[in-house]
Amino acid sequence: MIGNLEYSTLQGLWWLLCSVVGAVFLFLNFVQGGQSLLWTVARTGEEKSLIINSLGLKWELTFTSLVVFGGALFAAFPKFYATSFGGAYWVWIIILFTFIVQAVSYEFRNKPRNLLGEKGYELFLLINGTLGILLIGAAVGTFYTGSNFQLSQYNLVTWTSPLRGLEAAFNVFNVFMGVFLVFNARTLGAMYLLNNVDCTGMPELEKRLRNAAMTNFLISLPFLLYVLVSLLLMKGFEVQEAGSVAMVSHKYLANLLANPILLVLLLAGLVLVIWGVWKSARSDSTRGIWFGGAGTVLVGLVVLLLPAFNNTPFYPSKVDLASSLTIHNASSSKFTLTVMTYVALFIPLILAYIAYVWRAMAGRRINLDDVNNEEAY
Amino acid sequence: MIEHLDLTMVNWARAQFALTALYHWIFVPLTLGITWIIAYYHSIYYKTGNEEWKRLTRFWMRLFAVNFAIGVATGIILEFEFGTNWSNYSWMVGDIFGAPLAIEGLFAFFIEATFFAVMFFGWDRVSRRFHLFSTWMVAVGTNLSAVWILVANAWMQHPVGQQFNPDKARFEMTNFKEVVFSPVSVSKFTHTTSSSMVLAAMFIISISSWYLLKGRHQVMARRSIVVASVFAFLASVFVIFTGDQSAYAVAQKQPMKLAACEGLCRGEEGAELIAFGIFNGDKKIGDDNKPCVFKVGIPKVLSFLANRSFKSFVPGVKDMVFGNPAQGVMGAGEKIAMGKKALAALADYKAKSRAGDDVGAEAALAIFEANQKYLGYGYLEKPEDAAPPIALSFYSFHFMVILGTLFPLVALAFLVFAWRDTLADHKWLLRLGTIMFFLSMIAHWLGWIVAEVGRQPWAIQDLLPVTVARSNLTAGTVQTTFFLFLALFTILLIAEVGIMLKQIAIGPEEG
Ligand code: HDD
Ligand code: HEM
Ligand code: HEM
Repeated sequence: MIGNLEYSTLQGLWWLLCSVVGAVFLFLNFVQGGQSLLWTVARTGEEKSLIINSLGLKWELTFTSLVVFGGALFAAFPKFYATSFGGAYWVWIIILFTFIVQAVSYEFRNKPRNLLGEKGYELFLLINGTLGILLIGAAVGTFYTGSNFQLSQYNLVTWTSPLRGLEAAFNVFNVFMGVFLVFNARTLGAMYLLNNVDCTGMPELEKRLRNAAMTNFLISLPFLLYVLVSLLLMKGFEVQEAGSVAMVSHKYLANLLANPILLVLLLAGLVLVIWGVWKSARSDSTRGIWFGGAGTVLVGLVVLLLPAFNNTPFYPSKVDLASSLTIHNASSSKFTLTVMTYVALFIPLILAYIAYVWRAMAGRRINLDDVNNEEAY
Repeated sequence: MIEHLDLTMVNWARAQFALTALYHWIFVPLTLGITWIIAYYHSIYYKTGNEEWKRLTRFWMRLFAVNFAIGVATGIILEFEFGTNWSNYSWMVGDIFGAPLAIEGLFAFFIEATFFAVMFFGWDRVSRRFHLFSTWMVAVGTNLSAVWILVANAWMQHPVGQQFNPDKARFEMTNFKEVVFSPVSVSKFTHTTSSSMVLAAMFIISISSWYLLKGRHQVMARRSIVVASVFAFLASVFVIFTGDQSAYAVAQKQPMKLAACEGLCRGEEGAELIAFGIFNGDKKIGDDNKPCVFKVGIPKVLSFLANRSFKSFVPGVKDMVFGNPAQGVMGAGEKIAMGKKALAALADYKAKSRAGDDVGAEAALAIFEANQKYLGYGYLEKPEDAAPPIALSFYSFHFMVILGTLFPLVALAFLVFAWRDTLADHKWLLRLGTIMFFLSMIAHWLGWIVAEVGRQPWAIQDLLPVTVARSNLTAGTVQTTFFLFLALFTILLIAEVGIMLKQIAIGPEEG
């Protein structure tokens, strides 16, 4: 059956799959959010340990989603992979740096003779949780605002800004997208910790977490609104009949109206996030993360799908419109996409065992016994 | 079609790749091997319920976890480095090369990430049976990741199952099965995983030997050694077998690499295998100097190794650079001429297609197709460019093989004395044991140098030289990140070694 799919259907399918992985990654950023919260919600060494051990069960999952997101883009849209990573070099290198230092921090932080001391590794976690997410947001922003590259007739990239991608962080829209993601991650982090940490006997910690969910959500709100309103008003990139690319007014608004499902997903996502925050902050429920998480996935999906369909180049070039990448001109061959689609049939199986293990392990929440255990982070 | 500009940039990018890969490879083989051994220890505990085995299992798990984290940290850099430093490569072969990387993430890394947490924290969170299952799954997951990344690497050595698409100017996959089951990928996988098993077993032997020498944790150390030396012995015998398979694959698919490894300048019938030799530094390709100033050779064995026949002809570097018509070996000069024709025809095809000249485009395409087999040679300037650095390949290969023959002997000695429980009387063996881990690490690095340096100047054998595979960056940019990585990884490595040594000094919790 997969063998009979149209090339353009496969291309659309793979952008959808990449977007799903990206959106799930944004949800799993609760780990990064928790890392940056560490400095505000934990007052004692014990509280800190609880939080780190709770996040420590999940950080690899987030990290792996990032790796898979990269791998899937490489396999399905190699031209994007080559253009963006080879072109916007410094943004990606800095993002990667923040993930390298994160990966060792959990394991090394509380071990004797660890060279940098506990504080050093906690600083690494903070950098990953703030700068790392901010720059990822800025990179996502360029799907709408465009980048500075030119492709030769053999598709080789020339980047026209000497900042090599860092210039994205000097655009208000991109930065606001990044700041929104940072605070959204913190909101999710607070909600996740409420769910995963056993706060019995520590009402103070619980209160701080509930407050953090609300506060960070409120801080994220203006940034989100700015991003959403700009999206509706801004000029966008469009692929014209003849195949050339032009700037047209209200392009993303038009995309949203052309795909009412996206509009529904966006609204549903926002409602779910608000509901999750409300439950966390105003009731004694610990299940806010499920709503907040699902909402984040939906909003993330819309953000990634909106600039890719309806004759829109998802990776537009500001300096040379003709070089802009669409899901059709940047994709792998039909054969490769078909093979990869067979592979993708296993995704439900993978999700199933992750969910099973998650449940098995979350059967008991993290408590002080776990923190004083041999294997504790 | 792509002028190769900045050679210094290419060299910095290579240095950076080598740096990150070598750091990754400090941690990866230990992970690949020790997960099986830990799963075995865990199984013994599961069967016997003996707390001593549990302590032992947890001790090795803890060392493994410290190692695992930094393996992950170095891996993510490699994954994205293809895009950042080798973007032309990523575009031109991404259609084939991207798939195994994506599959690796999907199938292998999620298994690792998920079951690692259970293995490590599951002692009283999940059932005993599910916990043991998770430990085995970590071993399966890590070794699955080796499958896919080695498929990717093997494809660069022997690019099968693909076709050049002249309209897009890139290579596209045509046969997934050929890519996955190419003989090079099979021999790479078996050789890498078995040699990783050797390294992990030697890691356990080294630390346990140290304990025995110091008279500490004797029970645990002896038990650890019994299992580890069985693993080490079986795996190191298997390594010789798979190493021979690898060498055969190299001889068939990358004869230039084999010639460089053996220092074989002029091809011979019934060629001898050099067991040990000192390479002549003055030797240039094509001159009359002898390749070795000193050597111990075994007659005719190289021919057997390369072609499974003692009399067969093995081409030397000189034959492949300058050609040897008598033996039917085409020289690099001729291939360069064909490559240049292919490149010119491709440019012509593009220009004519754009101008709407279908007939002309068709004709250009026919010329391209007749010459495309040696497309990559079109970028080389002179025939000598087709040869890799010979001395480095030669020494790396020979020291790896020498170490490879030593390992089964050492492992056997440990096995025998551990079985008779007389290890404590053989201090010399224990002293040798403490350095076995480092020797295996060196063998691993040498192996990768053989594999990667030996295939120079190619990123993709015969199709894409490294000078063309690069990104459009300045040398200064790549140099900066090189030193950033060097500093960061070195700090992390020092931290890891500090933690490891401390954990080893603390030892397993005494119960
Ligand atoms: C403990 C480590 C170790 C030991 C003892 C050996 N090897 Fe090895 N070898 C490796 C670890 C390794 C490796 C690091 O795993 C490599 C690098 C790339 C690969 O596929 O495996 C490798 C590569 C490699 C290659 C290159 C394959 C290629 O370029 O595709 C050859 C020809 C051999 N080996 C042959 C041997 C022989 C004949 C050995 C005889 C005893 C031997 N190796 C022992
Ligand atoms: C399967 C995984 C690997 C792939 C796909 C791969 C691919 C590459 C690529 C693209 C380059 C740059 C181009 C070149 O210089 O040839 C390279 C160079 C190199 N790699 Fe690998 N590599 C892999 C694993 C490793 C590992 C694990 C090591 C070492 C432990 C290693 C050692 C090197 C070295 C030393 C070079 C530089 C050689 C030179 O440029 O002369 N590689 N490899
Ligand atoms: C250029 C080549 C390579 C790339 C791009 C690469 C990529 C990666 C990445 C991204 C990770 C982190 C995965 C995570 O999120 O958990 C990783 C870890 C790992 N990789 Fe590599 N890798 C390369 C070479 C190799 C090779 C040649 C092998 C084995 C034969 C290997 C085996 C592993 C294993 C076992 C891990 C688990 C963590 C650990 O190292 O302890 N990798 N790699």
